[in-house]
Amino acid sequence: MADVPSDAPEHCPGTSSDQAGKTSACQGCPNQTICASGAAKAPDPAIEEIRQKLTSVKHKILVLSGKGGVGKSTFSAHLSHALVALLDVDICGPSIPKIMGLEGEQVHQSGSGWSPVYVEDNLAVMSIGFLLSSPDDAVIWRGPKKNGMIKQFLRDVDWGEVDYLIVDTPPGTSDEHLSIVQYLSSAGIDGAVIITTPQEVSLQDVRKEIRFCIKVKIPIIGVIENMSGFVCPKCKNTSQIFPPTTGGAQRMCEELNLPLLGSVPLDPRIGKSCDEGKSFLTEVPDSPAAVAYQNIVQSKLSKSQQASLY
Amino acid sequence: MADVPNDAPEHCPGTSSDQAGKSSACQGSPDPAIEEIRQKLTSVKHKILVLSGKGGVGKSTFSAHLSHALARDDSKEVALLDVDICGPSIPKIMGLEGERVHQSGSGWSPVYVEDNLAVMSIGFLLSSPDDAVIWRGPKKNGMIKQFLRDVDWGEVDYLIVDAPPGTSDEHLSIVQYLRGAGIDGAVVITTEASLQDVRKEIRFCKKVKIPVIGVIENMSGFVCPKCKNTSQIFPPTSGGAQRMCEELNLPLLGRVPLDPRIGRSCDEGRSFLTEVRDSPAAVAYQNIIIISHPNPSKHL
Repeated sequence: MADVPSDAPEHCPGTSSDQAGKTSACQGCPNQTICASGAAKAPDPAIEEIRQKLTSVKHKILVLSGKGGVGKSTFSAHLSHALVALLDVDICGPSIPKIMGLEGEQVHQSGSGWSPVYVEDNLAVMSIGFLLSSPDDAVIWRGPKKNGMIKQFLRDVDWGEVDYLIVDTPPGTSDEHLSIVQYLSSAGIDGAVIITTPQEVSLQDVRKEIRFCIKVKIPIIGVIENMSGFVCPKCKNTSQIFPPTTGGAQRMCEELNLPLLGSVPLDPRIGKSCDEGKSFLTEVPDSPAAVAYQNIVQSKLSKSQQASLY
Repeated sequence: MADVPNDAPEHCPGTSSDQAGKSSACQGSPDPAIEEIRQKLTSVKHKILVLSGKGGVGKSTFSAHLSHALARDDSKEVALLDVDICGPSIPKIMGLEGERVHQSGSGWSPVYVEDNLAVMSIGFLLSSPDDAVIWRGPKKNGMIKQFLRDVDWGEVDYLIVDAPPGTSDEHLSIVQYLRGAGIDGAVVITTEASLQDVRKEIRFCKKVKIPVIGVIENMSGFVCPKCKNTSQIFPPTSGGAQRMCEELNLPLLGRVPLDPRIGRSCDEGRSFLTEVRDSPAAVAYQNIIIISHPNPSKHL
């Protein structure tokens, strides 16, 4: 779990390990001398640069899940419609530009850094999607290159004064997640929201994500159960399409003593809004899903901030 | 935006990097493991990857059930390799949670679901299914190399490789390490809502020269059990997988509807092809498996 340089050999113990430069795997590595001398244990200078850059950002929230396809980007995007800045660190599968209706937008560079793309005056977005010539371009990068991109997103984007920075992540517990935690280690992370769907195959991956948060000491704000039931538009019968065979997110939260922030039902209008780049909170504000989202957002805002937003 | 050539070594800094051609990773001949793997896998007749750009579309569900269906023919030996290191779902879906891997002189022995169906996953190496595997790329790559080089698969007709979503380390490694042994092709899974990411995956396949056997559209409609009304829960706003396949000249192998019994069977580690064999989803799967079979003359 420590830093492994891109030119390190296969069993590199990590530059910050006590074994750095000393194991048999280190033989022949170009970094061996540096590691053995202890110089490599010095933290990446970018961490302090990022801390300084983000002093104008009041709160940083990660949106995580062990599992793919549970609705992280959908939630991040709609949370941001209610709050303020959105950073997409899913390098291979960046969904945020489409969901926010920003496909085709480009990022501009200026003296103070990269300027994010503004959806509204007070809602800024950054994603690798804005750096591709076509939305179908595949970003086929190994870990070290992805890590470099994330460092740039945090260090070089000119976010300005921001109340909330929401960071949308890819599924899993790998390079992107370790990098976000590492690069924000000085600037600080307020907490993580974890998204799951009700079935055990998802919960299994999500428990790993929760263990990740505990291991790297990120407070968990709570868990959201997405795709929690479908109401037939014709007969209003509710079906559990992803059955909570082991008690769903509710039981997992009870076992792990975590807040269940809410359950969001399946609604075809959510997918449609996302594909069209519109917020379903404004498209279909009375739908059960929109109501569930609003309750979740409001439950995390202090009364004073609620007053200024609503 | 790929600048790591097909034949680049594992720690290739990228052809557009300042370090291109200069880092230690650039030196020397290809990883000897590629030849070792080629030799190890001469006893494996067909290798099929199951891919998707997007997570949560049903790759592991499909991989597991493809394996079950192929293994119904007793004369065939089937193997399922789960290379999702962070989120290995295969042990649960195959009903093999808690199983362990054993080492012998000829390598690691996979876990057998049935006499002719072997499975390998990092899930079998964890002390608990909730243990998080928090590894960066190089370490994940090393594990994948071991799975291919050190597992004693024996004589195998079909090796199905279940990949995590994306186009990153695991995908590049699988392609790199199987370069000597060869890959027959990839099945790409999508839902109506995931087409953008799936197009990227298809571009990946083209770039690394893996034939695309075809595309499967999963979660394609839900029939209400009460009133039988069909709802498109993930609406096809841009023409869906059919249009994408027409544009890219790829076979659409089939469409699988949503069915709560699929999720339930997966959670319980049972094959829904036997649990609810008459469901529209099971029928769709059976048709897909027949169509995508590498040897279409064989009856499944």
